[in-house]
Amino acid sequence: MISNLINRKIFTLLKVQYSNMLEYRVEIALWAISGIIPFFMLNIWTSNALNESIKISDIMLSRYFVSAFFVRQFSVVWVVFSFEEDSLMGKLSPYLIQPINPFFRYFAQHIAEQITRFPFALIIAIFFFVFNPESIWIPNLDILFLSIISTFLSFLIQFLIQSIVACLCFWTEKASSIERLLFIPTLFLSGLLAPVASFPEYVKSWIFLTPFPYLIDFPANLLSGNETNISGGFSMQIIWILLLFPVFRKIWSAGTKKYTAMGS
Amino acid sequence: MNPRKYLKVYSKFLHTSLASELEYKTNILIDLITAILSLIGSIFLLSIFFQNNGSIGGWKFEEALIIQGIYTILNGITNTWFNPNLSEIVKHIREGTLDFVLLKPIDSQFFISFKKLNPSGFLEIMIGVCLLLFSIRINQINLNLIFLILSLITLICSICILYSLWFFISTTTIWFVKTWNATEVLRSFLYIGRFPLNSFSFSIRIFFSVFIPIAFITTIPSEVFLGISQLWQILLTVIVAIIFLVTSRKFWLFALRFYSSASS
Repeated sequence: MISNLINRKIFTLLKVQYSNMLEYRVEIALWAISGIIPFFMLNIWTSNALNESIKISDIMLSRYFVSAFFVRQFSVVWVVFSFEEDSLMGKLSPYLIQPINPFFRYFAQHIAEQITRFPFALIIAIFFFVFNPESIWIPNLDILFLSIISTFLSFLIQFLIQSIVACLCFWTEKASSIERLLFIPTLFLSGLLAPVASFPEYVKSWIFLTPFPYLIDFPANLLSGNETNISGGFSMQIIWILLLFPVFRKIWSAGTKKYTAMGS
Repeated sequence: MNPRKYLKVYSKFLHTSLASELEYKTNILIDLITAILSLIGSIFLLSIFFQNNGSIGGWKFEEALIIQGIYTILNGITNTWFNPNLSEIVKHIREGTLDFVLLKPIDSQFFISFKKLNPSGFLEIMIGVCLLLFSIRINQINLNLIFLILSLITLICSICILYSLWFFISTTTIWFVKTWNATEVLRSFLYIGRFPLNSFSFSIRIFFSVFIPIAFITTIPSEVFLGISQLWQILLTVIVAIIFLVTSRKFWLFALRFYSSASS
């Protein structure tokens, strides 16, 4: 009964957010285009034959970067920015009265955006394949299924981290600058710009303990068929989610107690 | 057009925006750490590219550092002036407050481009200058007057091109209303300015020198610093900068004819 109710709520939220997102198709298309940095990076790697030293062939590397592009497209999170605006504008108060955690609303927003974004991401990838037909590959179904799951887990990790940062809005007005700070290690260490396999040894020795390589490198390696430790990657993703979730619960309940609505 | 009046107005702008931004002092500190981390990340990425190669696209590691320095300075300028102001255009148009700007007895482009200022960008500019001075030392460049003048000219041209690109994109808001994400696309394209243009493949090089002249923004000033640029390149940069400035001005005046204020 209760789970049924929750399901219905989430389904309704998703439907509302999806129709909302469809209104902003151009916006989302532009946003999809702004994610093409991995292709530029691929271009640097292959034009200078840098990949010879890390023993990944041109084709495998291009598949890696296409996968990284896809993983990034479906794990972009901006909950801090929405939450900051809502809390500064006082929109948060009505959300708090509703019998559902406001973060479900943001969650539905992200999922709806990903569904809207899918065709645009596909078009960009098709463009890439038209110019590089030799890198087309079809992953078999179970690999595809596993990589979708790992991309979703990567999205969950980032969503949790950002939600924790967003809750800092209760104490400081501008939590988005903390998010911009956290984005820097995500950008450079997640494997979006260079595969983790190419990192120097002194970084590789500790990076697998951090959440970063599981955000893009692991799902992208999985999808592109590059070498990766599947069970290790999944367990680290799940460990990080299990670690972050209680932190979010704690900071959320502490924050809502601290929250004073606008004008009170 | 009275320069003294504009100077006076600008000093007022400076005063008000500094006063409001210094309200968020911790923010400035966080932004400084972000800028430093982002520079460390880029140098880390460069070191991955260079770990088994002596040069990329004919640039040595020490020479590529000059590009990083110039990129950091320009990024600081973007964060100080262009980003806070030009993202405001979107808001002006959506909320109809552009009317108030147009009614003021002052040039609307001047008002819109210089109203705000984000002081944390200054620190980024300083970091960039330090890196540039450091790389001038390790590349053993002899400073002389002609060299200084030439590099200053190309830097100013880069700033003009960068400003025009930002202003151009923001102006399109008059038709599309929400071009928030278009600036994100520009941002991701500008990202390739961190690397020497020669390290990309031929087609990308053509695209980024003809359509979006990122080549002129970072690579040519760096070549001036290294003393390997030809005179025609510098002249071309000046011409491109003038064309961009004039076009962006014309485009703004043209776009204003299509501005119908909110609710009319």
